Amino acid sequence: MDSSTISSIGSIFAWAGPVIFAVIGETITERAGVMNLSLNGSLILTAMVGFAIATITHNFLAGFLAAALVGALVALLIAFMSIGLKQSQVAVGYVLAMATKSLAYFMGAPYVGKPVILLPVIPIPFLSQIPLIGPILFKQTLLTYFSYLLIIAAYIYIFKTHQGLILQGIGERPSAAYVRGANVNLLRYIYVGVGGAFVGVGGALYSLSVKTWNGQLSGFDGIGWIVLAITIFGGWHPIKGALGSYLFVLLQYLGIVLQPLMPQVNSRVLQVAPFPLMILALLFVNIGNTDWVDRTLAGLPENVRRTIAKVLRALNTRQPAALGIPFENE
Amino acid sequence: MEMTQKENTQIKNRRSIFTTLLTNRFSNLTLAVIMALLVTFILIWLMDANPLKVFAVMWRGSFASWDSTTQVLQAWVPLVLATIGLMFTFTSGLWNIGMEGQIEMGAIFAYGIIRIYTGTETSGGVVILLAILSGMVGGAFWALLVGLLKNFGGVNEIFGGLGFNFIADAVMLYLVYGPWKPAGVANGSTKMLDKIYWLPQVKGTYLSLWALGIAILSVILVTIILKGTYFGLKLKAVGKNNKSSFLLGIPTNRYMLLSFILCGLFAGLTGALQVTGFNHVLRNNISGGYGYLGLMVGMLANIQPLVTAPIALIFIALSKGAAGLGIDLKLDSNLSGVIQGCLVICVLMMAGVRRLLTVKGKGARNG
Repeated sequence: MDSSTISSIGSIFAWAGPVIFAVIGETITERAGVMNLSLNGSLILTAMVGFAIATITHNFLAGFLAAALVGALVALLIAFMSIGLKQSQVAVGYVLAMATKSLAYFMGAPYVGKPVILLPVIPIPFLSQIPLIGPILFKQTLLTYFSYLLIIAAYIYIFKTHQGLILQGIGERPSAAYVRGANVNLLRYIYVGVGGAFVGVGGALYSLSVKTWNGQLSGFDGIGWIVLAITIFGGWHPIKGALGSYLFVLLQYLGIVLQPLMPQVNSRVLQVAPFPLMILALLFVNIGNTDWVDRTLAGLPENVRRTIAKVLRALNTRQPAALGIPFENE
Repeated sequence: MEMTQKENTQIKNRRSIFTTLLTNRFSNLTLAVIMALLVTFILIWLMDANPLKVFAVMWRGSFASWDSTTQVLQAWVPLVLATIGLMFTFTSGLWNIGMEGQIEMGAIFAYGIIRIYTGTETSGGVVILLAILSGMVGGAFWALLVGLLKNFGGVNEIFGGLGFNFIADAVMLYLVYGPWKPAGVANGSTKMLDKIYWLPQVKGTYLSLWALGIAILSVILVTIILKGTYFGLKLKAVGKNNKSSFLLGIPTNRYMLLSFILCGLFAGLTGALQVTGFNHVLRNNISGGYGYLGLMVGMLANIQPLVTAPIALIFIALSKGAAGLGIDLKLDSNLSGVIQGCLVICVLMMAGVRRLLTVKGKGARNG
């Protein structure tokens, strides 16, 4: 494999960074029982904030912190409207998705055309020397390394720690968690805030390492919705969600690589490819939950039914039972 | 003891003035609007601009001249049509985010019919009528797909709808840059329609009274269907409590599909009118974000079809007015989206506060 192929495969991991941060953030948020539907807007807003603050302060850390703060604030607004004021999470999330996008373009307009600043690539000593894998995985920016660690850390936290068990509890059966002494609503605020902060880091990572803020972000607009779909597709599991993210970025990348082979088709047509795949993926993971499939299966011969049911069950994901439902302690 | 009682009454009285302000529907709404304006003023001020000047420019941009007013009315047509369609899905408790793609499909179907008939003997009026009908079919078809995915595939209509929006985008791009592009140029738009396929316009403006009339009739029609028929009542029951309605014998799945189809018909109508009434071409972005904006207008209208008309007018005036901000004040025109979003959030927030206070009040009385 020549070096240009290796570096382009490496760039898939770099591009996936923002998506990973957002997917893990949303996974944590939804595990806690709250849906942050604003991602498409909040990612663009935090991309703008990260770039603007890093440009003003000449400091990447300040940019990321500001973006994380903004991401957390947007998410907390949804939590407050839903937990505190009992408004529909879907409604609030949707409006915020629209409003934060407009806000990003409105407040970000003065920063269009500012000099590009990109996070430096820091090869990890020794590990980057490994043939093939080294240059692909370990010649990245610091935040890309964080994205690898985040996947593992989120997995361990959710499934292997006591705190993670409570996190699952407040999303699955909040009343049971409450009886066990968990302050359900406070924990939901905390996890929604943390999840939003990760989304913010993802947004800033996009404008500071993948593409600079240019007031349009045409390749980025729409990714927020895909992130929400990947979270479902990944079954609210950090590792499966991460695999979904890499798959998505790979597809996007292939769309760009294959474009020259089809010069008669407009380049933006192929970029749409992830969306029909998103629908198909959601169809596969959800169809086992529908009544008519149950009814149809019941009429089939035993061995056929068992095989189909097994396949459907393997594909099936089930959302946290209390997702989107406000908790009230009686 | 007496002292505390007196204090209690005092606190209650003070509380009651404050609560009345928050619980009265009108003052609650006024407070929400003031809050939204306050937030917007701060944001504009943060951008080193004078908020009052900004609103003056926006007012001038939308209502100062006959020319701009007709443009506002022209843009009001697609927004109010999109919103009125959404009343069906909102009533049955569904989120038709796929409106945008359904408008595009309506436009594609309408243009397709006109393309077929261009150069034939058929009279312009008949072709326009056929185009509008076919546009409605196109919109309904695209909406039906989302509904089927929801009912039979378990795919949430939000993701189904969004997915189909992007697919409609791709179909549109493929057509206008591919088979339907005018000879020689590829600029994201088809050839202009022959004048006989345009809906008549008011002299010297872009406004088509036909389109305006169709929009007004649609608002009245949907109000009658939703507020005055048994069907509307049943649809509302499905939206309020799906399970109970099913147990009471309403085929809920069929009603949900039907609400998608009805919504799609209006989306298609919107797209067809964009082609024959205003743009006179098929082009990329012909749906103009009206589907997405319509959802916000619909949220504010709170399933009251008649209310959609004035709210849509305010929203479209904000959008049109903001277009001039770049030239006059060097501000980005996306400010309109910020104001619209703030408005909806503040109204939802105050509605939440109102609900909280009234529920608490009831609880206290019961206790």
